[in-house]
Amino acid sequence: MTDAATTDAPLLEVDGLCKFYPVQRDSPLKEMFRPAKAPSFLHAVDGVSFDLKAGETVGLVGESGCGKSTLVRLLTRLIDASEGNIHLDGEDIGAMPAKGFGGRAQRAKVQMVFQDATDSLNPRYTAADAIADPLRRLRPELKGAALKARVSELAELTGLPQALLSRFPHQLSGGQKARVGIARAIAVEPKLLILDEPTSALDVSVQVVILRLLEDLKKRLGMSYLFVSHDLHVVHLLCDRVLVMYLGRIVESGPADKVFRNPSHPYTKALVASIPTFEPGVRHARTPLAGEPRSPIDPDPKVCRFTGRCPSETARCSQEMPVLRRLEDGHEVACHYAELKQAAE
Amino acid sequence: MVAVPVLDVRDLSVEFRTRSGTVAALDSVTFAVGKGEMIGVVGESGSGKSVTAYALMGILEAAGKVTSGSAMFGGADLLKASESDLERLRGRELSMIFQNPRVALNPIRRVGLQIADVLLRHGNVTRADAPTRAIDMLKAVRIPDPERRAKAYPFELSGGMCQRIMIAIALACTPSLLIADEPTTGLDVTTQAAIMDLISELARERGMATVLITHDLGMAAEYCDRIVVMHAGHVVENAPTAELFANPRHPYTAKLIAATPRPESHLEDLVAIGGNLPDLRSPALPPCRYSGRCERMLPDCAQALPRRTVGDAMVACWNPL
Repeated sequence: MTDAATTDAPLLEVDGLCKFYPVQRDSPLKEMFRPAKAPSFLHAVDGVSFDLKAGETVGLVGESGCGKSTLVRLLTRLIDASEGNIHLDGEDIGAMPAKGFGGRAQRAKVQMVFQDATDSLNPRYTAADAIADPLRRLRPELKGAALKARVSELAELTGLPQALLSRFPHQLSGGQKARVGIARAIAVEPKLLILDEPTSALDVSVQVVILRLLEDLKKRLGMSYLFVSHDLHVVHLLCDRVLVMYLGRIVESGPADKVFRNPSHPYTKALVASIPTFEPGVRHARTPLAGEPRSPIDPDPKVCRFTGRCPSETARCSQEMPVLRRLEDGHEVACHYAELKQAAE
Repeated sequence: MVAVPVLDVRDLSVEFRTRSGTVAALDSVTFAVGKGEMIGVVGESGSGKSVTAYALMGILEAAGKVTSGSAMFGGADLLKASESDLERLRGRELSMIFQNPRVALNPIRRVGLQIADVLLRHGNVTRADAPTRAIDMLKAVRIPDPERRAKAYPFELSGGMCQRIMIAIALACTPSLLIADEPTTGLDVTTQAAIMDLISELARERGMATVLITHDLGMAAEYCDRIVVMHAGHVVENAPTAELFANPRHPYTAKLIAATPRPESHLEDLVAIGGNLPDLRSPALPPCRYSGRCERMLPDCAQALPRRTVGDAMVACWNPL
């Protein structure tokens, strides 16, 4: 964080990342009697590329089933990619097998805060055990008093009262459990912290406190965040840049302000129009998305994934898959007609 | 307030007997809903929103007991009605949409049949007509390809679709009152907007009174005519939506609004609400259950909670803003 060069070089470079899951259509018994068909694949993440600079907070939004979680699992190296590269801090972590990644030094560089603080904490671990666990695994040199000191330092950092360290998850409130989840993730000083809806289970009153804590920790520890969320208000509050995913692909990316003020992909438009205005009686003029998303199983590489739900599709959309292209500085969109619609407004 | 309300809840109190003491979950909850009106019940988790709904529907768990109050609905008191009377009302006059559609639907019954069940029980529909009427309901909640979807099991449908099925079941017999308990939690934003548009449109079409229980103030602002703010089992404020947002009078309402992210807000603008809900098991609860968290507390606050009304707004506070 000392010179401009380090802040400019991307911390995370993702290039053409894909994850395909094989889908079994016939039962094994049927297949014994029938010649095997060509296997089908569910394209969970399909050709995702993006950069994340050091110190940046990038938001990842999209509906359930769009591949957000799969992408996050790929980046945290919990599963192996089908294609593509992941470079973190100059190292090709995509090439390291997910099996055994937990024991590598690189595991400490990317950590995660899970969605549901209750379900992601071991019910038989006290708060102190939960925070000490990653340290025991990745910083074996820390023992006894040193380990204890580090745990209480982390509790201090995340605003968890020391008295609560000996409590079990069921004895903690939602906000306190969220703090344990964060303390555990930052224990090994990651460079990249992936936050999967860290506040979705919390009340607004607690949400504010946790969001402030995250903002503060980022400044103090110089981490980068990838922030996965449904709540577009929260994404807007916290993120510098936003990636919008739809059915395994990034359909729009750009500075948060630009994407929210001037959404260019029809899906992003629908998404932004769905945010409650917060003004009594005022509703966005919205064209509700019709229909259901296309099947992610063996999608036609020539057809735009949004066809069938898009309010402004044409014949071209079923003949040529739109690719991400630059609209203006840093703002990219994957739609043939992005400019047209902007000019019309 | 409303000339002849569809539902008039007065002084509803509910207690839960637990091993660690009696929980005073609701204390003198009072509100009313008029025909065609949508009211929002908002508050943090643990404020008693869902308990209110369960008490009205007569589906409180065994440990819960209504200790006082009345809930007049169509000339009868829901809280004193017998189980058989309630059974006749529920589904026909009084319906509820539950929070998690996947849990609330029967997992081993085709969704078309689940809608038909309600129609057969309450709707004066012959066995032969029921399937077609069920498909009509699926059309009304805008499920594409309703004939095929009627034969689906809940696990074959997306969360948004299951919620539409729940709405179809709830509205099948055109009830006069609908209670929607967090109908869009866990759904995507786009689906959330579609479901809420659907509920408010169907409610308007049928002149149905709706109680929307939500923790999302933004959503309540957008759809509701009035808002009832609950805190620790008390109704602290009850006012028309525009008025409530323009001039919140209870300190808790003001904090709640200030804590909710808005389209143009910055992290610095948001205000956290200090303190926690009081322990409702405590026998010595203060008359104002917010007083422990309140910055505007006066010596007066130790007296019984007032209900101050100005116009058609009510605030339960000795020192309102």
